[in-house]
Order: sequence, then structure tokens, then C-alpha cells
Amino acid sequence: MSATDGTPTDAASAPPVRFKDERIEMSHGAGGKATRRLVEGLIAPILHNPTLARLDDAAILDLGGPRVALTADSFVVSPLRFPGGSIGELAVHGTVNDLAVGGARPRALLCTLVVEAGTEGAVLRAELEALAEAARAAGVEVVGGDTKVVENGKADGLYVTTAGLGVVDDRLALDAGSVRAGDRVILSGPIGDHGITILLARGELDLEADLQSDTRPVWPFVDALAEAAGPGVRWMRDPTRGGVASALNELARETGLGVILEESAIPVRGPVRGACEILGLDPLHIANEGQFLAVVAADLAEAALGAIRSVPGGDEAAVVGEVVETPSRRVLTKASYGGTRVVDMLIGDPLPRIC
Amino acid sequence: MKYVDEFRDGDLIRKALDEIERLCEDGRQYRIMEVCGGHTHAIYRYGLQDLLPDAITLLHGPGCPVCILPMGRLDDGLELAERHGLTFTAFGDMMRVPGVNGSPLEYQARGVDVRMVYSPLDALKLARENPDLEVLFFAIGFETTSPSTALTLMQARAEGVENFSVMSNHVVLFPALKALLDGPDCRIDAFIGPGHVSTVVGCAPYAFIAEDYGRPVVVSGFEPLDLLQSVTMILRQMNAGEATVENQYTRAVTWDGNLAAQRAMDEVFVLRPHFEWRGMGSIPESAHGLAEAYRPWDAEAKFDAPAVEVAEPDEARCGDVLTGTIAPPECPLFGKECTPERPVGALMVSSEGACAAHFHYAHVEDLDILA
Repeated sequence: MSATDGTPTDAASAPPVRFKDERIEMSHGAGGKATRRLVEGLIAPILHNPTLARLDDAAILDLGGPRVALTADSFVVSPLRFPGGSIGELAVHGTVNDLAVGGARPRALLCTLVVEAGTEGAVLRAELEALAEAARAAGVEVVGGDTKVVENGKADGLYVTTAGLGVVDDRLALDAGSVRAGDRVILSGPIGDHGITILLARGELDLEADLQSDTRPVWPFVDALAEAAGPGVRWMRDPTRGGVASALNELARETGLGVILEESAIPVRGPVRGACEILGLDPLHIANEGQFLAVVAADLAEAALGAIRSVPGGDEAAVVGEVVETPSRRVLTKASYGGTRVVDMLIGDPLPRIC
Repeated sequence: MKYVDEFRDGDLIRKALDEIERLCEDGRQYRIMEVCGGHTHAIYRYGLQDLLPDAITLLHGPGCPVCILPMGRLDDGLELAERHGLTFTAFGDMMRVPGVNGSPLEYQARGVDVRMVYSPLDALKLARENPDLEVLFFAIGFETTSPSTALTLMQARAEGVENFSVMSNHVVLFPALKALLDGPDCRIDAFIGPGHVSTVVGCAPYAFIAEDYGRPVVVSGFEPLDLLQSVTMILRQMNAGEATVENQYTRAVTWDGNLAAQRAMDEVFVLRPHFEWRGMGSIPESAHGLAEAYRPWDAEAKFDAPAVEVAEPDEARCGDVLTGTIAPPECPLFGKECTPERPVGALMVSSEGACAAHFHYAHVEDLDILA
């Protein structure tokens, strides 16, 4: 299964999470603290097994042959189409990216459609074509799936679930336990494009911006990274719901180390910054669908950055921070004038139904 | 980004800090209250408190409208919505504020129609486009948001939209400042005046603080350089033994304020004789109710408001934080029973609340409190 949340590798690094919430609220799906309670406090303990307990983006299975990675993701985005993409593309990219940041080359997808009665055939056709094209571009085939139809008024037109299978790349040995103080944090490109695009596409705010979703497969970047700096790559995540802040907080929790980000080094496009200023949001909490974070050994960081930048669309990648011994289990940002602040996981749900 | 980047310039900020260092007189303490929650948020977000000399203490004032709202008012609004099947609309800040029987989001999960709006006009639009809904707008805010509620009500009345009402919790700043200054242990030497409220009311109404209470007031913008410049202006006044009202935020605030907005407020609102402020008690003429002509859109008149009397949680010291008497971590619940995710008091919910700001942007040395 796919989860955005990490889990402590040793009991001392963080207390266990308990789920005691009375009801499921929208925030349980937002990728922040409530999601963590739901996944680590309810789902994982009940379905418990050693592979699941790692709560990585993709499960790595040793079946005797090449090691395979398995993951699944559901897509309930509203609206179905938005600048830069649609649910069909998202359903491919979300899943192949979970495989990629798990260190696996995506190979095949299963696709399940839950369609609302009354949905126009042309809408479904357009989404299937988008899905097929995205799969072709990502080098995977959709090899099976299922289709269900539910009553009019449910499922918002279309919900899509994809499951993905990948083959673990031997050039990479990802393990949060290998992360060390001094390692560099690399971000593949500007953050917040997807979340803010969806927010604006809903039309509930009288805001317009020249912006589109960043949805894309990240495997080409991971491939280049593995080639240039494979042994030095310790950990990767795609900062989807909950954003960069939540992904790095998970890393900090999992490793017992801290992360210090250089605020001015984090790439954020003007329209995203502007929307965040107006709405009081933090770009570090906004979802991305075509970016990833990598923690790389300091001596290989330059090579890693160069490799990502050499792939078309990777030119805005940057080293944005460093892993530190103290403060442990915290993510901080440092401003150019010396002020620091703590960056927490997302709390609540600023942007519902973004993927 | 224009009007943002130049006010966050690292070199200029370091120069401003040097100037502040020079202005601090040996052995003197400067206790400055920023009234506005937006300032509190900015001070934490940019880590300004850590950058300022120890001689300067910033006290966080009662300028976060979510924070000063007594719990019972929210319970009243949510009860109304549940009992009468209303669509409850409010700003996002309200959504996780705990009432006795849950926050608006928890009511939503139980099936009450709760929706977040970005403007009261969105709530009116919802009513206009859905005649089968009965829409309640739960209005909060100082003079910053009161004019938009006033204009919305004027529009509802002009169009004759009947399925729309407002529960007004709008508060007025100056009676609260006077109550603070009249308090028995007022420790405030000077005020950083709220920028957004002042765009509406102007600078003139602050004169009594300088003239009657001898405290300097500098109306300030929200960027790091704005705030540092305002501190500089206050230090200069205090060092010279002066107390006047100055305007640092000249790019947005005029001396007389926004007259059209003031007229709209005068048309729609009347002062309530008393209003309860969380942690500060009942303050006379400190809140806006709806004028007689707007009674048909006054939720408290239209529906039978239950007027829930609610005891605030015993150990929570929200009131002491609101008045600057204690800093957030001095409250026994801070970071333990009370966190932004499971807040006991509203100060832990709103991004403008001193407790939430302190929690999110904690000083590094405080981190063990939050662990």
C-alpha cells in the first residue's frame, strides 16, 4: 500500500501513534497529522506485517527473482480537469512516482474506475485517453483493472485507483536508516504548482494565475540520479499531499535527525508565492505531483544535482537544505537575514481533494 | 514579488537591527505590544523576536478575532445551524475552533452543512443561487472585516434575499485597548498599531492612547522591515520621552481611514451595550450588532438563539496570554493538552493566535517543550 507517512525505525525515535478520533474528517485525507494517525494508528496495526510496517511509498517484495516494488493510489480530484493535467494523467503519475521514489523502475499498472451514473461518455473517453498517453510516456502498460458504476450523485463523476508494479533498481540502496548528519537535501523543482492550480481551478476564489499542475513522471530524473550518484542516494519521497514540510518531517521522525532548509534556496514560482501570501498558506505545505526530494551524501550532492538538471524539466532542481544532528526530529527553515522557524507537518486541510 | 521582497531584504533587515541595537538605552527595558494577530504571526514567522535585543519584549495583544471570541458564541451559532437545518458558513479560521460539542469541522463530519467561505459575499451568493438553503454567515473580525459584512448585508437587503442571515460577532478595537490600559497590572510601554484595522479606521482614533495614557503608538505594516521600522520609531519616541501617534504603514493607511467603509459600518451596525471577550470579560460598547433596519437578516433575531453559557476550560490561561500577562509556553496546557491539532483554546487554532504562532514557529530553545 502507499502511504505518505514514515514510521520510526526504532522505538526510541518517536512515540507510537494512536487513532482515537471519533469520526473521519476531511483532514484525515489531507496528508498531514490526521492522516498519520489514521495510517499509523489504525490501518497499519490492523493489517500488520513487516513489509507494511515500513510504510514506504512502495512495498518492496523479495520473491526469489528480481526484487519488485508494489504500490497503489486512489484519485478523487475535483475538478477532473485542471490546467496542466487531469485525473487520468494524475492516476498514472501518482502511482509510477511512488514506485520511482521507492527506487524502482515502473513496469505495469492496474487501473480501477468508479464511475458515477450520468457521466458523459466523452468525459470518460477523454480521461482514458489521457491515462493511456501518460502511461505510454511513463513507459508502463495498463495490464488490467476493474470498472464499477455507482448511483448518480456519488463519486463526483469519476474516481480512479491505480496499482503499480516496478522492478527495484540495483544502482540504488534506499534506506532511511542510512541517512547521516551532513547529507544534503535535493528538491527536483519548484513546489506548490499542483495544489495551487487545483485550488484556483475550483473557481471558489476570485483569483487567477498563469500556473499549471506539475504532474509528470519523475522516473527519468531518478534514473539519471541513480546513474550519477547511486550509492550516495539515501532516501527519496514525492512530496504530494502535505507537501515538502510533511515529507521532511516524516524523514526527521523516522531517523531521529533534523533538517535545516535554506528558505531562499527553495524554488517557488511567483504565482504560487502570491497565492500563498494572499491565502495565508505555506508553499512547503502545498501538494506537488511531479517533484521529488532526495537525501544524498554530501560528497555526491553536486553530481546528483547535475544529473537531475541534465534531464529536460530538471533545470530548476536545487540543494535546499542539510540533515543535522540537532535539533533532532525537527525541520527548520533559515531565512537570509538569520531568522529561523520550525516547519511542522500540515495540520488540517487547506486544500481538499487535490489528487 | 513587488511590495514583498523589498520588505524582506536581508541587508536592510540587518541594518534595521543594528539601528535598534544602537537605540536601546543601557539598562532600559522596552515592553511593546503588537495589538494585531497578523503582526504576531509575522513576528514569529520571520523569527523577529530572536533577532531583537533582549531589552525589547514584544507582548502579543488581543487582536486575533477568533481568539477573543468566547466559546459560547460559536456554540450558539452551531446549535442554531443544527437545530434549524441551516447552512453554516464562516471563514476558514473558524473551522477548527472547538465548541463544547465540537468544532465546525466536527459538526460537518456529523452531517451539519458547514462550508468555508472566503468572503461574506460568497455566503450571500450561496443563498441567492440555492433558494432551498437557509444560509447563516457566522461573522467575526475587527473593523478589518466589518465593512465587508456591512456591504454584504446592504446588498442582501437591496436584493431582498430572504434565505440569508448574519450572526455578528464583529468587535471594535478601541474599547478593548482602553480596557487593557485601565487594567491593574498593565505592563505595556508602547503599541505597534494594527495595520489592517487602521486602513479602515485611520490613525486619528489612537490619539487617546498617546494623550490620555502617555503611550506611543506606531501603526505598522506586516513585513519584517515594516515591523522593525515601527520598533525603531517607538524607541525614538520613548527615548525622547514623547508619546504620539505615528504612521509607518503609509502605503496603505491614511490619517482618516476609509470613509466609505466607515459609512457602511454606520449604516448597518449599532454598538451592543456589552460584549463578552474571551479572557477580558464583558467590555461595554465593544461589539457590533445589527441595526433595526437589518433585523430580518439578523440570525439572533430571526432564529431563537440559544445563548449557551459556557465555562472556559479551568486550566487554560487564554485570557492571560491575550492580555500579554503571560507568554504562551507559561500556560500549563501549552503543547501538551492544547496543540494546533487538538486545541483547547482558540489561540491555538487561528494562524494569528499567539499560541499557534508560538507553537508553529517555536524558538529553537523551546523545542523540548513541544517534543
